[in-house]
Amino acid sequence: MNLLDTILVGLKEIWANKFRSMLTMLGIILGVSSLVAMSALVKGMENGMKEALVAMGGLEKVRVEFQDDLPAYQKHLVDQAPGLLMKDVYALQSGVPLVENVTPVVEQHGYRSRINITYRGKRARPWRIYGTWPGILDLEDHRIEYGRMFNEIDNEMARSVCVIGVDIRDDLFGNPEKTGKEIIPIGEVIRINGQPFTIVGMFEHYMTEKERKEKELEKLRAQQQPQQQTGVVRDKGRSGSGPSGYVFRLKNNSVFIPLQTMMIQFRSAAGLNETADPRLSGIYMKVKDIGLLETALQQIRNVLQVSHNGIEDWSFRTEEDLADGIQVTIQNFRMSGVIIAAIALVVGGIGIMNIMLASISERVREIGIRKAVGATTEDIFIQIIIESVVIALVGGLMGLAVSVGLVHSITVFTPSENNPEITAQAMIFAFACSAMVGVVAGTIPAFKASKLHPIQALKYD
Amino acid sequence: MALVELREIRKTYHLGGETIRALDGVDLDVQQGDFTSIIGPSGSGKSTLMHILGCLDSPTSGSMKLDGTNIHDASARQLAKIRGEKIGFVFQFFNLLPKLNVAQNVELPLIYRGTSGRERHKRAMHALELVGLQDRAKHRPSQLSGGQQQRVAIARALVNDPRIIFADEPTGNLDSHTGEMILETFCKLHDEGRTIMLVTHDPEIAALTPQKIEIRDGKIASEVDAKLSGQATRFQINRTSSASS
Repeated sequence: MNLLDTILVGLKEIWANKFRSMLTMLGIILGVSSLVAMSALVKGMENGMKEALVAMGGLEKVRVEFQDDLPAYQKHLVDQAPGLLMKDVYALQSGVPLVENVTPVVEQHGYRSRINITYRGKRARPWRIYGTWPGILDLEDHRIEYGRMFNEIDNEMARSVCVIGVDIRDDLFGNPEKTGKEIIPIGEVIRINGQPFTIVGMFEHYMTEKERKEKELEKLRAQQQPQQQTGVVRDKGRSGSGPSGYVFRLKNNSVFIPLQTMMIQFRSAAGLNETADPRLSGIYMKVKDIGLLETALQQIRNVLQVSHNGIEDWSFRTEEDLADGIQVTIQNFRMSGVIIAAIALVVGGIGIMNIMLASISERVREIGIRKAVGATTEDIFIQIIIESVVIALVGGLMGLAVSVGLVHSITVFTPSENNPEITAQAMIFAFACSAMVGVVAGTIPAFKASKLHPIQALKYD
Repeated sequence: MALVELREIRKTYHLGGETIRALDGVDLDVQQGDFTSIIGPSGSGKSTLMHILGCLDSPTSGSMKLDGTNIHDASARQLAKIRGEKIGFVFQFFNLLPKLNVAQNVELPLIYRGTSGRERHKRAMHALELVGLQDRAKHRPSQLSGGQQQRVAIARALVNDPRIIFADEPTGNLDSHTGEMILETFCKLHDEGRTIMLVTHDPEIAALTPQKIEIRDGKIASEVDAKLSGQATRFQINRTSSASS
């Protein structure tokens, strides 16, 4: 009996018992669709996390941060801990050949330090205000949309200039999407804690892939219905949650000023803390070759050991830790998805086995007739297996269709940061799983059917 | 050489510690072109004999040859192949597959021989023509009368051009008129030179066949040439006219 005939017999059997077949396939449909949907969700999450990783400056970025919690054996030296100073920056620049773009950073927490930015009666509170060098642009993956970054001269002269994120602009000058026209605040003078600063540049609006797509969609809709257009309300990117959205929101709510300006205006007696404080919050740099990360870290360690007299009042922060964390998280999600889908597929397989057993006991006489006219044991075995596989594959195809709908409705009803992404790989894998379930589930019924004795089968009522 | 040779065939069943001898040393030769009826009361072993002759079952002991092939030591796979190529069956309850149409039912034995779809259809239509049902090819068995269903079953038995046709009470489920038509079909096939074995409990049907074997208690009680016995029957089958029609 050739394959096509057998497949046709299988399809006819399904068609002849439509309702029963549908119920049987339900397990497979659920299994396949949950497998594809879970993998799509995990893929979306993975994309989002990788996006955030890039937004933070990529894997090459190394941060040396001040740490006031010394190791136990150095607790008594806490008074002598120098903290990160400019001399460390120069030491690292000259002493660590494996890193580049060594950049000092003084970071002020907008809320904790109660920093107010005002402009003509309007007030904004930045999440962070950084005093740093222009090199931060590359380290933090910032892009200037209007104006320029402050430069070395601004820094040397301690000019009161700043570069702001778009959310600060929105708070002080208005949201272009509400007012309907783009507002470029370059050259305006704002006051940071009462001190005048000229805006020389503004970053682009950072957003996740999902936000970008949604925005494009909004634009498209606005074009289609121009009379209803009253301006799209942007939510300042605060609707999202999770790590990747946070990174983008943080960047949109940041203000950058030259390091010297920060030191003079906010770290001297005239500034925020009432006492002069030369300590840096951190020193950021990039490893030239990611393959030599460990060696580079060792070099940094050596240099800082010397310049800090052996006191370990600093620590490393690399994005590798984050990348590893992402891997573990993704793997956990993937594993739980696979377990859920596997359970559904096993249940589906049991359903198929059950229905095939019922089917062959209904068709004992048919099997007897087929054997009487020349069907061999193998012919019957293959026929039942193929029928079972056909049920599983039809279920699998339906499952793939359902998964597309499922992922779509997940996106619509529970908007998350990143769009779930259905991959061809996941679909092929799920489909192959359904075929395998068909084979496994069909084996016992096929064996039973093929072993029927023709005489007994023919006499069966 | 005989088409079928049975020597000392025994078949025993074990039921609840009791041994039942369904066949108890049967010797039989069937020649090419014979039209033989196997007659006997219920439980005499005639169906068992036909199952063994039809390669549906294996004897407990004894030897059997069909068309020169040893059957008694053949594997299940070989038996299936022989059934598919050399044997045609007609059953009392027609045994057509209800989900297939008439033509597909007739094609069934050819499917397992690996015949191509077009060839299968051609041969099935030819076989249906032989039983006069070519215009019912697309019908379901349930749409046909009993006699028509049995003729479809005969077409199915003929489609693989078998060496021998076995019919197990082929008229048992039909009224006498329809039964007569079926018997007429068998007579016609015999006249065309086919070898047929017919199992029946009805002596009048057995009287129609040139050869008759009577089974009693698992043994052959008598082999009679019906023509010589000249037994009268209720069937009015004109052999010469049916052969020429």
